Amino acid sequence: MIQYSWLIPVLPVLAFAIIVLLARNFKKLSAFISVLTMAVCFLFSCGIFLDLLKLDPSVRLVSMSWSWLAVPPWEAHIGVLIDPLSVNMLLVVTFISLLVQIYSLGYMHDDERFSIYYSYLSLFTASMLGLVLSNNFLQIFVGWELVGLSSYLLVGFWYFKPEAAEAAKKAFIVNRIGDVGFLIGVVMIGMTFSTFDFAQVQDLAAQGIANGTYRTGFIALITLFLFCGAIGKSAQFPLHVWLPDAMEGPTPVSALIHAATMVAAGVYMVARTYALFSTDPLSMTVVAYVGGFTAFFAASIALAQDDIKRILAYSTVSQLGYMMLSLGVGGYTPGMFHLTTHACFKALLFLGAGSVIHAVHTNDIWKMGGLIRPMKITGVTFLIAALAISGIPPFAGFWSKDEILSAVQNSTISGHNLLFAAGLFTAFLTAFYMFRLFFVVFLGTSPDAQDHEVHESPWVMTVPLMILAFLSITVGWINWPGFDAFSKFLYYGPQPRLENFNGVTAFISSLVGLFGIGLSGLFYYWKVFSAEKFSEMFKPIYLLLKNKYYIDEFYDWIIKKIVFGLASIFSWFDKNIIDGIVVDGTGWTTRKLGGLLRLTQTGYVQNYALVIFSAVALIYLLINF
Amino acid sequence: MSTIPITHFLYLALILFGIGIFGVLARKNAISVLMGVELMLNGVNINFLAFAKYWNWYSLTGPVFVIFVITVGAAEAAVALAIIISVYRQWKSANVDEVHYLRD
Repeated sequence: MIQYSWLIPVLPVLAFAIIVLLARNFKKLSAFISVLTMAVCFLFSCGIFLDLLKLDPSVRLVSMSWSWLAVPPWEAHIGVLIDPLSVNMLLVVTFISLLVQIYSLGYMHDDERFSIYYSYLSLFTASMLGLVLSNNFLQIFVGWELVGLSSYLLVGFWYFKPEAAEAAKKAFIVNRIGDVGFLIGVVMIGMTFSTFDFAQVQDLAAQGIANGTYRTGFIALITLFLFCGAIGKSAQFPLHVWLPDAMEGPTPVSALIHAATMVAAGVYMVARTYALFSTDPLSMTVVAYVGGFTAFFAASIALAQDDIKRILAYSTVSQLGYMMLSLGVGGYTPGMFHLTTHACFKALLFLGAGSVIHAVHTNDIWKMGGLIRPMKITGVTFLIAALAISGIPPFAGFWSKDEILSAVQNSTISGHNLLFAAGLFTAFLTAFYMFRLFFVVFLGTSPDAQDHEVHESPWVMTVPLMILAFLSITVGWINWPGFDAFSKFLYYGPQPRLENFNGVTAFISSLVGLFGIGLSGLFYYWKVFSAEKFSEMFKPIYLLLKNKYYIDEFYDWIIKKIVFGLASIFSWFDKNIIDGIVVDGTGWTTRKLGGLLRLTQTGYVQNYALVIFSAVALIYLLINF
Repeated sequence: MSTIPITHFLYLALILFGIGIFGVLARKNAISVLMGVELMLNGVNINFLAFAKYWNWYSLTGPVFVIFVITVGAAEAAVALAIIISVYRQWKSANVDEVHYLRD
């Protein structure tokens, strides 16, 4: 089945084309085509996974290429790479996408542009699958940009809302800024290795480093440029600003793109090019510190947000930081494991939030309360996801987060103790803000502002919640110490690294999580401490967090003063010099010259005769003298 | 007959031609311009005949050409006078300075 794996990205593209060209006016048909395609892709991915398992671990890499663009002697290829990393991503992307599409049957039921929504979802999934299956840098760049485009289309789905249109633009532009770095990295790779193929680049780089052919830090420079793309795509600091705003899009979109798949593309890319990153401690340190800082930074902002989706958005940024941190300290497997578990519980959190929003028609957590009573399924599944993300055993998040913390602790990069402390503190913050959300929205009493009946969502929405809740409990068990199925499947290097289970770290991280939950309960459930008084006491810090450290305002200032300032200089140059001198000037000169030449057309025949005779005399003189 | 040097005839032709050019370029009346043209033609004729006489006495090329020039000159003068009369009828003036409708 692996030889047909190229079909996996192609089927959703076909679905997109069919829906856009033929099925625009048929809501049920479009949804059917899209969901069916995704189900087929998921089953196909399972088949490929099983096929891959049949191969011996040392040969689990199948790469197929076709010629795409040939400019002799160089050729660009489009291809498919099947190895444990890409198969892992395939399963995650197709499965979450399938659940989200089923969920959207309920959530987007009344929307006018229902068919277009499904076409965009198919397009996104096709791009993401194309990205994940690429076997060369050019193709991954194409997929990279396409997912950015799909994100723009989906975030701005309700384009008539000005905030949504602005958010879509912001998402695309901020992504693009990262992509400049990514493109520079890709071009450098092409120029240095004369090939874009991952495997060939890996081999050539390893040879080159062994022979010492590259200047010190050259490979690190390439990886840092590639990492710029990951910073943009995975919303790390300082390019994190687009993700919270992207919550203007429909909630299933947030679940799919901004939780489970697209933002994971940056993490995937670092894992895919790990051969290049791991050669230089500088790149690894940068990745680790960017990730670690982002994890803490975003968690701190989430503490002071009141919009349910924004809390979850910052949570996503923070968890992606964990993944980058893990990759940076050498924890390849824990990072990818966390990506997988995070996809499950974050998608569950977003879909649960969507269920809540669908019922109460507001995003503000303070307008909600006590929702667990009418919405039992949503409430219970949300609780499971919250426990998972807080790293409470035996839920899924505990296993992956604990592995990451172990990897940080055991790593050798400078300052790893600081990173470990930051990771631990962030885990505390995560538990705190997550349960702040849970206590305020689902427990307690409903505020009087609720004037309409609140009821549980339809089964198309609750069944995906239940499936994801089941996974949020069990998917962590794949890597139970001693069983280690995930670590034996997906690892970097010739042998899997089976870390010994460190009971102390596990105990400390669980304790930290429970402490976070407990403290949050004291503030928001049993109301022993008052959150309002606390935020009054520390008002400057509270405002700093609530306003996201004023980074958006800072960027706005940069854009207005610096970017527009520079642009106005160039605009002046363009208007006055290019347009004025070159274009208008040419016209003016031509007209003036014409005016002068016109004077020779006197209309007097004698003048003309004079010119003729003088010319004859002149020619005679010129010839003879 | 050949004791007069050829240059005498050539100077005469040149002078006639020059006066003719002056007439063509610098006279206001259209008929004066026409007279200048006739003078130019005559100057050229004398030139031809001078060379015919002094270089190739037996050839008829020179004189024949002169006959052509006289004939064409006469025809052209007739046509030119007809045009001048038409112009005069239209614009009431035979003054070349006033008939400048080739301009603007």
